[in-house]
Amino acid sequence: MNNRPILDRPTEINVSLLEELRYGISDALIIAKRDLLVWLRVPAFIFFAIVQPVMFVLLFRYVFGGAISVNVPGGYVDYLMPGIIAQSAAFASFGTAIGLAREIQLGVIDRFRSMPMARSAVLLGRLIADSIRLLVTVVVILLVGYAVGFRFHNGVAAGIAMLGFGVAFGIAICCVSAFCGLALKNEETVQSFGLAWLFPLTFVSSAFVPVSSMPSWLQVFAKNQPVTIIINEMRSLALGGPLFSGGIKSVIWLIVIIAIFIPLAIRSYRRI
Amino acid sequence: MAIEVSRISNETLSRLVDIKKFSLSTLPEENQRISMESQLEDAVEVRDLKKNFGSVLALSGVSFAVTRGTVLGLLGPNGAGKTTAIKILTTLLRPDGGSVFIEGCDVLANPAKARRLIGLAGQSAAIQEELTGRENLEIMGRLYHLNKKTSQARASELLNRFDLIEAGDRPAKTYSGGMQRRLDLAASLVGRPAVLFLDEPTTGLDPRARNGMWSVIKELVEEGTTLVLTTQYLEEADILADKIVVIDQGRVIAAGTANELKAQVGGDVIEFTVTDPSRIEDAQRAVSDLSSKEPVVNYDSARVTVGIGALGTNGLAKAVLNLDSAGVNIEKLSLHRPSLDDVFLSITGHYSTAVDENLQKSQNRRAKRTTSKAREGTTNE
Repeated sequence: MNNRPILDRPTEINVSLLEELRYGISDALIIAKRDLLVWLRVPAFIFFAIVQPVMFVLLFRYVFGGAISVNVPGGYVDYLMPGIIAQSAAFASFGTAIGLAREIQLGVIDRFRSMPMARSAVLLGRLIADSIRLLVTVVVILLVGYAVGFRFHNGVAAGIAMLGFGVAFGIAICCVSAFCGLALKNEETVQSFGLAWLFPLTFVSSAFVPVSSMPSWLQVFAKNQPVTIIINEMRSLALGGPLFSGGIKSVIWLIVIIAIFIPLAIRSYRRI
Repeated sequence: MAIEVSRISNETLSRLVDIKKFSLSTLPEENQRISMESQLEDAVEVRDLKKNFGSVLALSGVSFAVTRGTVLGLLGPNGAGKTTAIKILTTLLRPDGGSVFIEGCDVLANPAKARRLIGLAGQSAAIQEELTGRENLEIMGRLYHLNKKTSQARASELLNRFDLIEAGDRPAKTYSGGMQRRLDLAASLVGRPAVLFLDEPTTGLDPRARNGMWSVIKELVEEGTTLVLTTQYLEEADILADKIVVIDQGRVIAAGTANELKAQVGGDVIEFTVTDPSRIEDAQRAVSDLSSKEPVVNYDSARVTVGIGALGTNGLAKAVLNLDSAGVNIEKLSLHRPSLDDVFLSITGHYSTAVDENLQKSQNRRAKRTTSKAREGTTNE
């Protein structure tokens, strides 16, 4: 150790509004880069983002799929892929909630909040990182899907639009998860029941089986909930079918979810 | 009023003033004048801080000042309000009332500016374990808006400074507890803060790592860092702090140097338990001539505590003789340096924490309730 003073000049900067905006963006990107770096270093995170969704694809394609009858062009595998892309995108948001709760517990967020960095950066940065993770997950699933027989029947543009819907849906669910993580503040709580709502929401939908095969009382929920509406739209994009009204409804749902949960997450972040 | 705390430190035991009493006797105009003068030398000035969490009173009028280049120790038991105070001072929490100035900056009015002046190391190591020590520090540098090259240089400088240069490129999860805390401390210094806040810097460390942390902090102090630290241990405050402010149940109950606080107890302390609790008052009488202060008696535990000044083992011998001639049988006799508990006992007449669960059950339960409620509000006190 040397004995040079480590605190020889206190920081004193005056920043303009424009600079503040620039710092806001650069802070968010630094946080995003940091989150991705952490993600790449933890094997369990990679497992959840890639191996688990792939196992789901194989499981439904080869184990459950034979018992589920659907009426779409290429059989069950074509029915399955849009659903499983949306489901995996939603489940990828576990990382958002757990990551944020963990950082609160470690005091990382307290430190960030005591620093002269943009207040929005922690949340925005994580959402940027999670969007990139989502994209990786979705692309991997799609490749595996192609390998096990899935095909687009509606052209490249519609296929890309389907992926876009999948990622957008994942981001919307990440916003909900961010709120859960910031509000619960505890990694174990988040892990045990903070995201329990995700299971009924994704499984009681048209993701894996046609809604018409469910008991009628359950159909009421399954038919009208946003996950079904979004997955049906994705399925129409991938396989052909009516696009317009489902598309409008899906976009409205996505906007509503994000518009509700981003402010809630920011509020929780301020109140930690 | 805030300056009074620093003045107190230079005064004798008899002048150790109850802060609350003082604030009543000080006129508002006088307050104004003192505060203007004090800004010249005080790096931190806290006045009449109040904070409630629902019905739980976390802080009820806490005031203190920290002279630039000195160390202030906020000493108190769990749930006393130390962490709440630190959170308010570091812009993490808004108080219900009061004011905070750091280097002349009004923290409550301008938190964004205040954040450029402070560094914070909390109760746990707030570092990313999957990243290396160097990566952790470089990211901090980037978030302080240093450019890439400067961030790298600053990271190397701090790794070197905190004896982490060899471990710098290993993931922080491979570090020992002490190394993680040092990295955490280094991270809080990346922005060259004018005032550094350390919340229980050694909690959870083993004695060796604790000593390491102490020497690192002492070096910072020698370089002239203004430092505010919280601790539950009188020993720690004694070693690190120039001035100690004792907080209990959200109030400042004493302030002064470690020696002044210990002197208030009456130097070294003798403690014993009376075998036959009905004779406790005889025991109290027997040892009362050892100290100018009345021996403190705990009837529940049949325990007597008396400060013996500088008498040392002579005091111990005298106590034994006196008790013997009074015919009082005792057990668990000890002579020790005054601890936080002794300071508490002497100031408030009650123990600071759960020293002995059997004896302190009722007090304990109350303290625990308060603590857990406070925890809901502050997340980690």
